[in-house]
Amino acid sequence: MPVDEAAVDGELGAALLAQFEATVSHNDRIEPRDWMPEGYRNTLVRQIAQHAHSEIIGMQPEGTWVTRAPSLRRKAILLAKVQDEAGHGLYLYSACETLGVSRDDLTRRLIEGTQKYSSIFNYPALSYADVGTIGWLVDGAAICNQVPLCRTSYGPYGRAMIRICKEESFHQRQGFELLATMMRGTEEQRAMVQESVNRFWWPALMMFGPPDDDSPNSAQSMAWGIKRNTNDELRQRMVDMTVPQAAALGVTLPDPEIAWNEERQSHDFGQPDWEEFWQVVKGNGPCNTQRIAHRKQAYDDGAWVREAAMAFADGFEARSARTSTSDTEENR
Amino acid sequence: MIQPEWPLYEVFVRGKRGLNHVHVGSLHAADDHMALHHARDVYTRRNEGVSIWVVRSSDITASSPDEKDPLFAPSGDKVYRHPTFYDIPDDVPHM
Repeated sequence: MPVDEAAVDGELGAALLAQFEATVSHNDRIEPRDWMPEGYRNTLVRQIAQHAHSEIIGMQPEGTWVTRAPSLRRKAILLAKVQDEAGHGLYLYSACETLGVSRDDLTRRLIEGTQKYSSIFNYPALSYADVGTIGWLVDGAAICNQVPLCRTSYGPYGRAMIRICKEESFHQRQGFELLATMMRGTEEQRAMVQESVNRFWWPALMMFGPPDDDSPNSAQSMAWGIKRNTNDELRQRMVDMTVPQAAALGVTLPDPEIAWNEERQSHDFGQPDWEEFWQVVKGNGPCNTQRIAHRKQAYDDGAWVREAAMAFADGFEARSARTSTSDTEENR
Repeated sequence: MIQPEWPLYEVFVRGKRGLNHVHVGSLHAADDHMALHHARDVYTRRNEGVSIWVVRSSDITASSPDEKDPLFAPSGDKVYRHPTFYDIPDDVPHM
């Protein structure tokens, strides 16, 4: 296993590293207060933070449809879903903080652009059908990515992923059901679904990251047990899962190269436009500026709430200290 | 971003009656009551619990991984504390 030699010095360092590697190679979990190589810690902070930011930024495209959902039922579902995304972001920030970074620091790095979020959320949700497509394809891709992460080598990250995966299943199913309902509707509604799938298919495949031969950090992440599958393996899994779902729905995936390969027992498929992918990652997607500006405004607008709550808490503690000396038993 | 962060709390949830409270994660809140309300919203959106404990992370005293050997090793050589240490004939029932 390649190691970060510079960070380990002397006999003690070698012993710590050996212990860390033994834990990882036995598929045991690393826990927050264990010794870990700096490279492992940094990779985790980057990956978990990016994941948390994606959940938080991911509330924006769908959130724009909460007020315009076509029925109370759909509105309640969408609200619950967007609230879940906030929850997922919080589970992941909490896991990331166990590595010694502060929440404020993470928020600042997101707003300043020094940490990324998934490029999929830089695409707009232009029609109501997009709410369904995001649930079906985007959350579907997220599930493909996240199920193996439940076994990741860092304990808090794996535990957060287990909670998230339980909830993602609702997200994907509500999306599929929404699209299926529209497909049973008018010609116009069916056209809306197809148009939406056309726009989201390729960005959804990009969610797994660049092809394996263009993904320099993957090998190290897999050696450390942070990642369990390569980008291309997961992308293949997504295509194989989605093809029969598209058939059931009655939509066409916008890739003429999709064909069953008997020999591989998998589907062949075309490559996304990787030039577009890198452009979006670099900040030139349709909504990059808007997403960060919105997040920054929400953070700035909330400043007085955070301050007021702290002032109230300080005052409350001071008042309690003065008045209560004998009521500690009643809470047992 | 110069103002101090809300303190960190650890959250424990009792899944149902008869079970222990189990650690589920952490969150930030200005005070204990807000921590409880946030814990309800973040960790029990689907009936995951019937009772919640929150405690400030700074109030928890934890054993350190470095002390693992001195703390836990003494129980390692006391195999006679386990029922499998004792040979009982196979035909003796209910043991």
